[in-house]
Amino acid sequence: MSLGLPHFLTVSALLFALGFFTVLTRKNAVAILMGVEIIINAANLNFVAFARYGAFANTLAGNVIPVFGIMVAAAEAAVGLAIVLSIFHNWRSIDTEVITSLRE
Amino acid sequence: MADVSPSLLVFAPVALFTVAGAAGVAFSRNLVYAAFSLLACFAGMVGLFGILGADFLAIVQLMVYVGGILVLILFAVMMTNKISEVRRSNPATNLVLGGTLLITLLLVLFGVIFGFDWQTRPPGPAVPTADLIGEAFLGPYLLPFEIAGFMLLAALLAAVVVARKEIKDEEEPVKREGGAA
Repeated sequence: MSLGLPHFLTVSALLFALGFFTVLTRKNAVAILMGVEIIINAANLNFVAFARYGAFANTLAGNVIPVFGIMVAAAEAAVGLAIVLSIFHNWRSIDTEVITSLRE
Repeated sequence: MADVSPSLLVFAPVALFTVAGAAGVAFSRNLVYAAFSLLACFAGMVGLFGILGADFLAIVQLMVYVGGILVLILFAVMMTNKISEVRRSNPATNLVLGGTLLITLLLVLFGVIFGFDWQTRPPGPAVPTADLIGEAFLGPYLLPFEIAGFMLLAALLAAVVVARKEIKDEEEPVKREGGAA
């Protein structure tokens, strides 16, 4: 049994499910952002796995699109954490069950 | 079945490391532990990209995620939690519902992965991809590349604008900081 596409898809599915679980169950906004990062990673892994093993895949495109995914993840992390900091300044908390309004 | 190829022997620990990191993020009670589990997850992803022959992506993953995003997340953890409450800094809610959805999602995804007949091909020899990706970015993918650069600039400016302290009403922030100390 050699290394193949299902191995990477399995890892990707596990990562996606765990990230989804993190987003659903955490109360801390920073932890929720961590879950989103894991989900984006799972998507990137699928792109690269299909680029290497897919019969009709464009290998170059499969390597280029994750770069855009990483760019989006970086922008999302920067803006998301800035929003979290701003919320913390206003509420003294980033518990998503405490933050119930977008304005003071 | 007894013939375990070398790349599977390399893959298994790396995959286990990655998934264990993600599980640490998902189940850890301590936000700092969760952040360092995220480090394990990202580092494992570097290994997985390497196994898949995506050398450029592995390096980008290492630089952007481990060097950038993780440091940013650690800063956010440090700035938004008091040291005294760091032990119970990562409370969970809706565990039953979330767990049910986790199991259901995994069942569906595994059903698709192992039920579908994927059209695969044996992978060719891994070639260096950095020069190909560089030419692709300045060729067919030039417009998305420029848009992504513009988006990063906008995100950077937006992060600075959103995270900065309000200057116009000075009285209240001072009072709040005094109250928190």
